[in-house]
Amino acid sequence: MAIVELKDVAKRYDSVPGKKGAEHANAVEDFNLTTKDGEFVVLVGPSGCGKSTTMRMIAGLEHNTAGEIRINGQDVSDVEPRDRDIAMVFQSYALYPHMSVYHNMAFALELKKTPKEEVKKRVQEAAKILDIEHLLDRKPRALSGGQRQRVALGRALVRQPQVFLMDEPLSNLDARLRVEMRAEITRLHRRLGVTTFYVTHDQTEAMTMGQRIVVMRDGRIQQIDTPYNLYERPVNRFVAGFIGTPSMNFLQADHQGETLKGEGFSCSLSAHQRTALGDAGQRPRCWLGIRPEHLHQVGASSGSGRLEGVIEVIEPLGPVTMAQVRIGETLVTAQLGAHPGIQIGDTLTLAFDPDHVHLFDIDSDEALGVAEAPSASSAQATA
Amino acid sequence: MTASNVDQAPGRKSGAGGTALTLLAWLIGITMFFPILWVVLTALKTEQTAFSMTPTFIFSPTLESFRSALAQGSGYWHYALNSVITALGSTLVGLALAIPAAYAMAFYPSRRTDFTLVWMVSTKFIPAVGVLIPVFLVYRSLGLLDTRLGLTMLFTAMNLPIMVWMVYSYFRDIPVDIVEAASIDGASTTQTMFRVILPLALPGLASTGLLALILAWNESFWSLTMTDYHAATLAVYTASFKSGEGLFWARLSAASVLTIAPIVVLGWFAQRQMVRGLTFGAVK
Repeated sequence: MAIVELKDVAKRYDSVPGKKGAEHANAVEDFNLTTKDGEFVVLVGPSGCGKSTTMRMIAGLEHNTAGEIRINGQDVSDVEPRDRDIAMVFQSYALYPHMSVYHNMAFALELKKTPKEEVKKRVQEAAKILDIEHLLDRKPRALSGGQRQRVALGRALVRQPQVFLMDEPLSNLDARLRVEMRAEITRLHRRLGVTTFYVTHDQTEAMTMGQRIVVMRDGRIQQIDTPYNLYERPVNRFVAGFIGTPSMNFLQADHQGETLKGEGFSCSLSAHQRTALGDAGQRPRCWLGIRPEHLHQVGASSGSGRLEGVIEVIEPLGPVTMAQVRIGETLVTAQLGAHPGIQIGDTLTLAFDPDHVHLFDIDSDEALGVAEAPSASSAQATA
Repeated sequence: MTASNVDQAPGRKSGAGGTALTLLAWLIGITMFFPILWVVLTALKTEQTAFSMTPTFIFSPTLESFRSALAQGSGYWHYALNSVITALGSTLVGLALAIPAAYAMAFYPSRRTDFTLVWMVSTKFIPAVGVLIPVFLVYRSLGLLDTRLGLTMLFTAMNLPIMVWMVYSYFRDIPVDIVEAASIDGASTTQTMFRVILPLALPGLASTGLLALILAWNESFWSLTMTDYHAATLAVYTASFKSGEGLFWARLSAASVLTIAPIVVLGWFAQRQMVRGLTFGAVK
């Protein structure tokens, strides 16, 4: 177990071999994070955001061009990967095709000249935990995707490292297996208590597995927080849109006194929101963010706090139905009940709770205050 | 879709077009194989039959020419031993140099890797005769003329660019993740190379080695110009049959057969390995 500290870590490529025009690219900038001992940290973000580069710097596969990486207080920036006492699970599994499952798992221990009996014991233990004891004599090519994934995990497990690094380990699995393995990795972490970094572009994976999540974009950290806080208190429009499925809806609104008015809607502001927005003169416009699950289907006759538009797409998912509704220029997604009784082309009226509304600056996209916890005293939506 | 269409192998042409193509393929094949057939047949004839103006395909075969070519004074085994030493030696040295070079270029590329590769192969564009004088003078100064070491070095230098290129392309087919996984598992560069990369690239390495062996075995320009007797290979042995008392077709053919036979036999046994190596990684 270990505490991993990244202080002002940056990765700058002076040039990329074989690629012209990619000179002086900043892959990661000003990365600061200190883990707790045994914490499960997820790095999440879209492709090219620098999450894998960050993990590769922790592994020592990439050299950080600035800052310090410390594992249990020791600066490992110039330490070879093999001397960092880490284990990594690759997206491609990276199993050694010419070795049996047993030798894949035993390879690291054999290199350390661990006694044969000890190697056997540790491989058997890891195989038992992962339920792959019956596969130990097979070659990787004779395994299914899920089995290969388990072997890759087993190879990391036998090392008994200080830090686990997992680079999108589930992205090659089918949806059902991914959900199963997600739970298995979480259980494994709880059991072993090893500090773990997990890279994914899938926000559902991040939310379900991470104790803390680092949301990244263009090489910079956007927010580091618990899954709950990322969902409830996103610091900017990017995080708000990235976390949550389907994504948060964003509507442009004009700030008029104590209300916000947009195309086909208006809502009054709570005292907290008024403070966050400041003077209407100072900030005449802003973004209004509403999650699909906070939009409710209401009767057309109702008058206050409403959005009204024509249904363009209906996606029945079983327990819920997603409806995409055209409101002016914007397509708004709403999460409705299992049987909403709607059809494409119908006019749908949706109500939202102002307590769950998020406000963002129109220029910087930064969050303006944080939505208050639902309470009876919060602002009322008006027509 | 008709039944005949279903039965037909994909991509195979039917009817007159197909027959014409098959005939053309056979014609090209026979044309290419003809010199070898001619040499083998001539080697089995008497000098008289071999020299006859009207070619004969039906004759009573004799091993007389082979006996003569293998006679004590011909020195066949001396030349054959030189061929084995220089071809095998240059192949092993070539692999020992090509593997680390290709490893560095495949797994730790720099900005100049592509240029270096192209430059190495471009040295093959220069005809050997173009560098004959400087090489000859250097060899004379170093006392390497007519030595096995000198010829092995020349064969190594001659084959190295193509060997590096081939090994590099096999290494490129191995995912970098595997090298990185080995490095995280605690393997040094040497351990990664010997325990992970080389076993994976073995078909490709075998194929490269075989090709280098064949090229060195068949080389004649440097053998004829840089050796006299001590390091002379089978190429020199074959050439020696066209001088002296005149041209003896049957003996020359028998010498040619004896020169090419070992490599043809080796190639025959290794053809599966060669094809596997040459198409290694072509289909993911």
